[in-house]
Amino acid sequence: MSDATGTIAGVNGSILTVSFTGAVGQNEVAYALVDGVRLMCEVMRVRGNQADLQVFEDTTGLAVGAPVEFSGELLSVELGPGLLGQIYDGLQNPLPRLAEQCGFFLQRGTYLEALPRDAKWHFTPAVKPGDAVTAGETLGKVPEGIFDHHIMAPFNLEGVWTVERVAEAGEYRVTDAVARLKNAQGLTREAAMLQRWPVKIPIQAFAERLRPADPLVTQVRVIDTFFPVAIGGTYCIPGPFGAGKTVLQQITSRYADADIVIIAACGERAGEVVETLREFPKLTDPRTGKTLIDRTVIICNTSSMPVAAREASVYTAMTIAGYYRQMGRNVLLLADSTSRWAQALRETSGRLDEIPGEEAFPAYLESVVASFYERAGVVRLKDGRRASVTVGGTVSPAGGNFDEPVTQATLKVVGAFHGLSRARSDARRYPAIDPLDSWSKYASVVDAADVAMARELLHQGAEIAQMMKVVGEEGTSMEDFVVYLKAEYLDAVYLQQDAYDPVDSATSAERQRHVFGALAGILRAALRFTEKEQARHFMHGLTQITKDWNRIAMDAPEFRATEERIRRTVAEATGRA
Amino acid sequence: MHKVYHRIEDIAGNVIIVRAAGVKYRELAEVASRRGVSLAQVIRLEGDHVSLQVFAGARGVATDARVRFLGHTMRVPFSDALLGRVFTGSAQPRDRGPALSENMIEIGGPPVNPSKRIIPRNMIRTGIPMIDVFNTLVESQKLPIFAPAGQPYNQLLARIALQAEVDVIVLGGMGLKHDDYLFFRDTLEEQGAMIRSVLFVHTAADPVVECLLVPDVSLAVAEQFALAGKRVLVLLSDMTNFADAMKEIAITMEQIPSNRGYPGDLYSQLAARYEKAVDFDTAGSITVLAVTTMPGDDDTHPVPDNTGYITEGQFYLRDGVIDPFRSLSRLKQQVNGDTRADHRTIMNTLIQLYAGYRESLEKQAMGFRMSEWDAKLLKYGRRFDRELMDLSVNIPLEKALDLGWEILADCFEPMETGVHTRLIERFWPNSAKRSMESDKSDASDPSDNASPPTPET
Repeated sequence: MSDATGTIAGVNGSILTVSFTGAVGQNEVAYALVDGVRLMCEVMRVRGNQADLQVFEDTTGLAVGAPVEFSGELLSVELGPGLLGQIYDGLQNPLPRLAEQCGFFLQRGTYLEALPRDAKWHFTPAVKPGDAVTAGETLGKVPEGIFDHHIMAPFNLEGVWTVERVAEAGEYRVTDAVARLKNAQGLTREAAMLQRWPVKIPIQAFAERLRPADPLVTQVRVIDTFFPVAIGGTYCIPGPFGAGKTVLQQITSRYADADIVIIAACGERAGEVVETLREFPKLTDPRTGKTLIDRTVIICNTSSMPVAAREASVYTAMTIAGYYRQMGRNVLLLADSTSRWAQALRETSGRLDEIPGEEAFPAYLESVVASFYERAGVVRLKDGRRASVTVGGTVSPAGGNFDEPVTQATLKVVGAFHGLSRARSDARRYPAIDPLDSWSKYASVVDAADVAMARELLHQGAEIAQMMKVVGEEGTSMEDFVVYLKAEYLDAVYLQQDAYDPVDSATSAERQRHVFGALAGILRAALRFTEKEQARHFMHGLTQITKDWNRIAMDAPEFRATEERIRRTVAEATGRA
Repeated sequence: MHKVYHRIEDIAGNVIIVRAAGVKYRELAEVASRRGVSLAQVIRLEGDHVSLQVFAGARGVATDARVRFLGHTMRVPFSDALLGRVFTGSAQPRDRGPALSENMIEIGGPPVNPSKRIIPRNMIRTGIPMIDVFNTLVESQKLPIFAPAGQPYNQLLARIALQAEVDVIVLGGMGLKHDDYLFFRDTLEEQGAMIRSVLFVHTAADPVVECLLVPDVSLAVAEQFALAGKRVLVLLSDMTNFADAMKEIAITMEQIPSNRGYPGDLYSQLAARYEKAVDFDTAGSITVLAVTTMPGDDDTHPVPDNTGYITEGQFYLRDGVIDPFRSLSRLKQQVNGDTRADHRTIMNTLIQLYAGYRESLEKQAMGFRMSEWDAKLLKYGRRFDRELMDLSVNIPLEKALDLGWEILADCFEPMETGVHTRLIERFWPNSAKRSMESDKSDASDPSDNASPPTPET
């Protein structure tokens, strides 16, 4: 608690100007009082004895002279068992419990505890009195759904501490002390299962950061094969509206090979969160046999919820991701959309009368974006295990123009770029990841030489298609025409994926290697045709069989049979004189 | 509480600044000047300087105008007596009916808790194939109609409103031409729909601040009807005027503009309105259809651009038809799996082939030789234009799907369509199936009665 007190001196949208006495810190949490309700705020700037605060709620009804309380603490989240399966708002309020209390609508100023205080967890100690521990080391474990949830020594411990007492195995509440620690100076500290951590400060209680090397299989072919994501890596998906950013994120949240998925729905449509929220409890996670919601945490601050809390929401999500990494998990954080967060920064910055940068975004946009993505990564924990946070963020560029500041700031810091193209989505070629513009610095799940060959073919195909628009089919050589058809074929049967087909919607790495190997053979084969119409007819047929093949499960008997049919069909065209 | 202040410090645009104490943010006030009395709303507090946005405009307001604060925010009356009535943006009667003052509700209420929303599940049938087949409208959807000026967007809006099965229609008009307002009113009256409609109309001649109130007032009323279990359709026309009104106020308030003069919070402001679209778990629903005119037919203009990121799809109205490529209903997947087994396939196949038709048209325009395939596409595209895309077509979904198969069979061999073999066996019209079985290499057209168009060279 802080001894500082203040009164409101001005209100401008979500920004309050507050006159205060006492000590006030940057980014400190404060509460403004209106009609008996306390509205949470954060200190953005201090000037003399006046501070500018952004309010995380609607400011209607605030009056000059109303009191403001300062907490002395930074904006923090609660970490402990019980996070998985939860649906929080940007300030970590559990939305379902809020609904029980307030009904259909979100009442401002209602803040609930993020972790239920009455729930009991079965704690098993992993240390004994006399053991030495440092920040982040495991004190004990509790089962949380499908995982063992590690109870860790507080992340803000400095130096080596000795375990003085540890609770016996048994049922405890999150706030019960489960260990007492003592340091060389004789200070003692009680550790509970629940700890609080400020969202804007990374948790760094690990041994070292490593380079992301292994691919994170998303089961989206165009990503895993052509533009892969690494475990512990970062990627971004910019795209104009309607190009399928959110659908792609939803598919990834279902099929990606991660232990835990954190979804940060930041300033986007509520309807999209609802789909996740209502469907995940019903969908089975093939990796564990449990439902998908058991491995998911949803942070949702949708577009009509208070703007200032948008920024908090991405940091809340990142802090929870970092927490699970700390206990040895591979976490995938999906942020949709980082542009809305950037816009929230712009709104606040504008109201603070800061000198604007490009397109009125604040000048610190780039450094804020960079430090956010840098919280991703693979780490070696103190006990030698590896763990990771992978971050995928969508970007919603104004006018679909990738030259705008948020896209450019993001591209500088990510390891893979999945650019969505309006032309592809208009032609209903989903996922609409542009195969020519996108890039990735990570390793593919299939053979690199095959990928290089296929990319070259796609480039040639696109060039020939351009040329054909000028000179027509009749002015195109047979050789070029076949290259063009092959590129179209690759696009139709491999780059495009039917998200609504039970088999085609997710392609395992094994299947990608198998299918892409077969396709590479076809793309390299010398197909001979005498007439263009014959070539087109042939490729139409081949596309049809291959698409059927995509819809057959790999262990079904028809899989081999269809593959054989494709092989024979191709042999026909290569054998032709 | 209701102390009167009569020292106006500043007047700029429609914003006045008065020195007063104890005033609350967003509170309403009455401003009495020589021109009459107008409502005004607090939009900024700085010490004892209170900035007020005057609904009727500040024109004629003098420095000795009297300001009385009312102690509450903007409210509208809500009851069934609203139905059949027409009001202004500040909820004053626009028809000759009595003013209503009972059961006042606040506008711009809090957002719905996302965990109380449900997945939309009911299709709204419109009888327009370009909507029903390709971009199905869904109850609780928020969908704009993007159109360059001069397109018949208000006619389309009115037609959807009349054909959709809903309980209440709320029309919010912003910057409407007076004829357009009369068009809506007369159309609703002629079709007997006025008794389930309420209109909040701001015309281009009215004070610009009232334009800002229209969406909030309309949606607040819609929300109350929905909470009472009604299925409500909200029509807003035109949201670009709303955004321009916001721009005007923001510039007056010396806010830093972000893009083409629009305020940095344009996205949040639009989203706060559109997100009122909802399907309540145990009550009714709100569906929002909003016209957004595109200055210069440019969808990267800040208003349509921000709108596109907020809404669940968009209808593009161009050259008098709904553009099949740019238009999108994001919620269609929620409902078009349960209509008929072939709905999704027909939707995708017809569009992909139509894209091919457009390419062939381009080639034709440039004078290239038309291949056999081009000829097929041209024939197909012309039938598509005439029988499915034309806005005058009014047939139920099932008829439209059947027609889709018929056109496919008339123009292509099954294999050329890329349709899954299983569906071909089930839905492909019979005459064509026979020809497929008898002779696969027979390239002649399955239905010989329609002569294929002659390829032009």
